[in-house]
Amino acid sequence: MTNAIQIRDLVKTFGGGRSLFGRKANEVQAVRGISLDLKRGETLGIVGESGSGKSTLARMLVGLEHPTSGTMLIDNKPWADLAASGSRAFGRTIQYVFQDPVASLNPRKTIGDILDVPLRLLCSYDSTKRALRKRELIDAVQMPLDTLERYPHEFSGGQAQRIAIARALAAEASILVLDEPVSALDVSVQAQMLLLLQQLRDDLALSYIFISHDLAVVESISDRVAVMYLGEVVETGPAAKLFANPQHDYTRSLIASAPRLSATDSAA
Amino acid sequence: MTDLTAPVSAPARKRRSNLQLLMANRLAAAGLFIFGFIVILALLAPILPIPNPDITDQPNRLLPPLSEGHLLGTDHLGRDILSRLIWGTQVSLLVGVSATALAAFFGSLIGLVAGYVRGATDSILMRFVDMLMAFPYILLAIAIVAALGPGLLNALYAIALVNIPFFARNIRGVTVSIRNREFVDAARLSGKSHAAVLFTEVLPNVLPVIVITMSTTVGWMILETAGLSFLGLGAQPPTSDLGSMLGQARAQLFTAPHASIIPGVMIFLLVMSINLLGDGVRDVLDPRLRSGTLGRPMPVTKIKRETKPASTIEDAPALFVENLSTGFDTGGSITPAVNEISFRLDKGECLGLIGESGSGKSVTALSLMGLVASPPGIITNGGVYIQGQDVLSLREQDLIALRGARVAYVFQDPLTTLHPLFSVADQIAEAVLAHNPIGKRAARQRAVELMETVGIRDASGRASAYPHELSGGQRQRIGIAMALANDPDIIIADEPTTALDVTVQARILELLQKLRRERGLALLLITHDFGVVAQVCDRVAVMKNGEIVEQGETQTILRAPQHDYTKRLIACVPELGEGHSFLDRVRPLFSEAKA
Repeated sequence: MTNAIQIRDLVKTFGGGRSLFGRKANEVQAVRGISLDLKRGETLGIVGESGSGKSTLARMLVGLEHPTSGTMLIDNKPWADLAASGSRAFGRTIQYVFQDPVASLNPRKTIGDILDVPLRLLCSYDSTKRALRKRELIDAVQMPLDTLERYPHEFSGGQAQRIAIARALAAEASILVLDEPVSALDVSVQAQMLLLLQQLRDDLALSYIFISHDLAVVESISDRVAVMYLGEVVETGPAAKLFANPQHDYTRSLIASAPRLSATDSAA
Repeated sequence: MTDLTAPVSAPARKRRSNLQLLMANRLAAAGLFIFGFIVILALLAPILPIPNPDITDQPNRLLPPLSEGHLLGTDHLGRDILSRLIWGTQVSLLVGVSATALAAFFGSLIGLVAGYVRGATDSILMRFVDMLMAFPYILLAIAIVAALGPGLLNALYAIALVNIPFFARNIRGVTVSIRNREFVDAARLSGKSHAAVLFTEVLPNVLPVIVITMSTTVGWMILETAGLSFLGLGAQPPTSDLGSMLGQARAQLFTAPHASIIPGVMIFLLVMSINLLGDGVRDVLDPRLRSGTLGRPMPVTKIKRETKPASTIEDAPALFVENLSTGFDTGGSITPAVNEISFRLDKGECLGLIGESGSGKSVTALSLMGLVASPPGIITNGGVYIQGQDVLSLREQDLIALRGARVAYVFQDPLTTLHPLFSVADQIAEAVLAHNPIGKRAARQRAVELMETVGIRDASGRASAYPHELSGGQRQRIGIAMALANDPDIIIADEPTTALDVTVQARILELLQKLRRERGLALLLITHDFGVVAQVCDRVAVMKNGEIVEQGETQTILRAPQHDYTKRLIACVPELGEGHSFLDRVRPLFSEAKA
């Protein structure tokens, strides 16, 4: 059994550099010694509140940040090797879906232009193959074909997120890091998006890291869940078991705070 | 509105074109006409029936304007001033525009690279720019011309160089903010190299700023060219140029004032018209100004009701809304956002207004106190009764006086609603003083009390904190304290916990519940989260496309929703403990919709 991602003792510290006059700047430990595994074909949910280091972890996985120490194996390739061979090596192995779909699409480019880039640079397809793949991708995320000629501002949040997913799929990487992919969406769109992600994972044999602050959403799509608190993973386990029987105090307080439809008796 | 089934195509909005917007700005239009006229005149110089500007005619020197054969008279060497003026304008324009282009090219390049690469490159480039800025600009230009020798071309280089910092600084700032946007990261992950990201992703977004900066600098550059020529460092005789004309006529300022006044007026007209035009162009290219009209929003939303409802009603609850309709004026037609909605809110009660984005819930909240930005907002129908009095029939000042006093708002993101430069206690005190002139000291005392009421520990110590020093939850507590400042009867909370973590959200909801119980506040809670509604609301109204499709007791609606839309919305909320079965449960909902 090979792991899609293997993280060992990962640490990321921001700041701490010395200024021109030798004073030490403030140091913030965003991620403190995380070890995690993502199996192939699995969805690993990561939950935690703002400031828990979820997004820093995600950005390191896709090579947007450099870890301070620790090792990562992505698709059995050491992170340092991928980083040394440049952004294209990363893009072919692992892709990232951003939290705010509208902000992650350049407002001055059509969707066709945006999807063209990974197909040209990462897959090196010729123009006929690219045109074909673009139509397939748009179809895979259930959007109409005229999407390709339109600009990002013409789409709602849910539609923009579908386009962002299509772009991540275009690179033909087998691992996707989804950073709060449904947080900005309405509930009905969120449910549709979760269904779409589930279906794509099964059809294309993808592995997901699914980051969210919404416990119920994470539970519905994840096989395993890791709970992050102040830069550390405090608890991991199978989704159903972890939420039914939390071991760590922080996990318990998270579950207690989550609003739910049936808990009205206590509020009345 | 995000549709449940098929993606809806955005309706084509009627927007005014760039030229129409520019023409709507009268000063900019005047600038455009004057500038256009001058440019055409200068371009036509070779074919206009004017004498050669360089031919001297000593017997006819210093002729006054309107002399025969010399419409604007002659200068100290007897050369025709009109001819020299037109040719000189051509030279000045050419130098000004090319200096701007040069400065824009190099300055933008430095700014883009420095802003994108950051780190040491940024420091080195920006210190070089600082060095250029440290010299008085005219002194630097003189030094450059002195080193290279006088002449128009050298003056052009000098002026371009002197203006590079202006572009570099502006463009760097914009680049830094764009570089941190997510689409730049996304482009990197799509395999683009840094250079490709800089020139194909960042540059198109910086370009409008470059254009705007250029349009506002051209006039300045012409002025500087004239300045150098006036000092004898620019255009060399006999070439005419506005600055050198002015310089040469200086000696005869008292005997023949027209020889210096005429080129002076020309410089004035040229620079003025370019600046007016540049301002206009900036307004047109600003996307915020594009979407609406260029006017300022009015203090109260425009109210244009077809039928006026009764101005007072008997036995009224705290808040009663009847047939309220609000729309947006989109150039000719009115797009409705809220359509004929009615609801009531009793003292001490909490009503949840729930709906998806675009359902009109926020517009409803803002309409109650006439806070919808107008233009383009218009209230087209209905009445809003607070204690039985229709507030939309009140005079403007009376309605404004009600805001914050009887009805207070709590907004989603307190970081954007709190002023970053004032301490939180000062801001609460300001809210107190707005309706209750009790003096600064007493107001501050009251602010600290309010902070205690909303559960901020060590309130007197935190009073002088600035918004950025507080956590998200504490900021929202300050927002609530400001709403409480004048003991309102009704609080309208628009997504008060959406930006907060769940553990903090639970605390804020508890606080709102406590305040409601202790003070008998009526609470109108706007949210998209059924979990929040279930926790705090007595009754709930479900909004869709600007209409209330269903309202009633929270328990009843959650257990047995009547309307299809409500059923579907509730079904789409995942419950903790449900696990993978949630997806199996909602799958049929969407496959039906497609069939």
